[in-house]
Amino acid sequence: MSPRRGPQEEFTSYYGRPILKPPTWAPLDIAGYLFAGGLAGASSALAAGAELTGRSALARATRLTALGAIGVSFVALVHDLGRPARFVNMLRVAKPTSPMSMGSWLLSAYAPLVGLAAGAELVPLPVLRRVAPTAGRGAAVLGAGVATYTAVLIGDTAVPTWHDAHRHLPFVFAGSAAASAGGVASALTPLAQSAPARRLAVAAAAAELVATTAMERSGHLSMETLHEGRARTLMTSAKGLTGGGALVLGALGGRYRAAAAVGGLALAAGSVCLRFGIFEAGRESTIDPKYVVQPQREAMRSQAPVA
Amino acid sequence: MSAVELGMPRVGFFTDTSVCIGCKACEVACKEWNVVPAKGALDLTGESFDNTSELSADSWRHVAFIEQQVQTPTETGSAEGVRWLMSSDVCKHCTHSACLDVCPTGSLFRTEFGTVVVQQDICNGCGYCVSACPYGVIAQREDDGRVFKCTMCYDRLKVGSEPACAQACPTQSIQFGDLDELRGRAQARVEELHAAGQDKARLYGESPDDGVGGAGAFFLLLDEPEVYGLPPDPVVTTRDVGAMWRRAGAAAATLLAGVAAAYLTDRG
Ligand code: SF4
Ligand code: SF4
Repeated sequence: MSPRRGPQEEFTSYYGRPILKPPTWAPLDIAGYLFAGGLAGASSALAAGAELTGRSALARATRLTALGAIGVSFVALVHDLGRPARFVNMLRVAKPTSPMSMGSWLLSAYAPLVGLAAGAELVPLPVLRRVAPTAGRGAAVLGAGVATYTAVLIGDTAVPTWHDAHRHLPFVFAGSAAASAGGVASALTPLAQSAPARRLAVAAAAAELVATTAMERSGHLSMETLHEGRARTLMTSAKGLTGGGALVLGALGGRYRAAAAVGGLALAAGSVCLRFGIFEAGRESTIDPKYVVQPQREAMRSQAPVA
Repeated sequence: MSAVELGMPRVGFFTDTSVCIGCKACEVACKEWNVVPAKGALDLTGESFDNTSELSADSWRHVAFIEQQVQTPTETGSAEGVRWLMSSDVCKHCTHSACLDVCPTGSLFRTEFGTVVVQQDICNGCGYCVSACPYGVIAQREDDGRVFKCTMCYDRLKVGSEPACAQACPTQSIQFGDLDELRGRAQARVEELHAAGQDKARLYGESPDDGVGGAGAFFLLLDEPEVYGLPPDPVVTTRDVGAMWRRAGAAAATLLAGVAAAYLTDRG
């Protein structure tokens, strides 16, 4: 028996087997975290603006959203560990070469600030009310990092789709995070105060669609995984929900609260689909060895001295 | 040269697949010495004599079997024949090792021998190394949650003996020793094979200039790497991490600017 050759393979693989190991990460935990972390981070940024411009209802909605989302993130991250009881080992060392290490430190600094800012909304303690603005501004700056470092987290792997997208992913994720945060805030805040959230949501949705399209057209073979199977369904839904949500929110969200809620939640759903779509595409790209072999062969050919 | 790359003397494996007879003594010796659990019931794959299939948390050496249809010379011309390729794969103990770079707990570390080892009492099973390894070597043991891979028999090295697989190999297909010396030996061997007409013979992972800075466990192959299930020329992805951080920083700044603009453009 000779080694199997896939229909479009220009090379002989080892019985069609994968070269890479698929991610050990559970989609619900990690793609879920990519969304929740983005929602939290961008909500913190929105919250600081709301606090600075005296929009108390918007500040309250965004602070509580950030708190809820970062809480969910922690649960997902710990749950995904093979040894959850050892999660504190994340803080044994600080390694700039490990985005997960940097991310753990970032989250450990960010989450308490979110807690302080949101705490003022939940517990009527004067001391909390006094520190909340400062804590909230700190959370805004760190939150921008929380929303974008996850692109480095998955980009810094051998997973072909994720690594090939590493130049575009930070912008895709930043856009997706801002669109979801603006969307959720628009849904939760009275019209009189939600104008900045709506503006952010619509602009971010447009930016996300542009960045995603640029990523898909970057010419890497692995990008085709974004258009196949389950990833395809998710990515198509992401675009529909993001585009549609932005249209509804932009056109009607300023006049009707219901439209703001529908449009805003559609944006959040679009962000969920995008994260799961990219996650799934990456997983698929580890299964078919062509995404490893063909680009490496091409790189070797282009580097080879011309004889 | 290898000592210079890592700033320490370094040992390694040279796996000369041209003399491998596919006996799997290395697989067995590794399992026995390192108390690596069995995979469970024997699962016949139908893929030649390979029922191990891949390196995994429970297989730290893996002997690949490839059967190729070839024309063999006979007295009257040539006839259809079968060529066997066998190769014992293992963790490459990369110079620039992605698994070690990304490990957030410091569980993976570089030993005094220049090898890469998981400290099992520290690993929290985050799985980052699994997605980082460009060779698909390191893997999670499901029921345990932690990751496992070849240690190059760290315990044996410490007492001055050689790894179990190298000792068990009856044909010296697996050679253990000082990495620089092995590289010299491998070069001589590949030249010998070329002179004998084996023009597809090549070294894999021996060059310190490759994408992982040279492997601590390198190979002499008789065909393209992908035929053996190896990536042709992997580059450690952590090489781009600086650029990635800069892009993420720019994206974070854009996000904050966007939020600021959303408030500043307010007319009402
Ligand atoms: S082959 Fe993979 S597991 Fe082994 S040292 Fe290199 S990156 Fe780590
Ligand atoms: S699974 Fe263990 S060895 Fe691998 S990166 Fe995580 S902590 Fe390190």
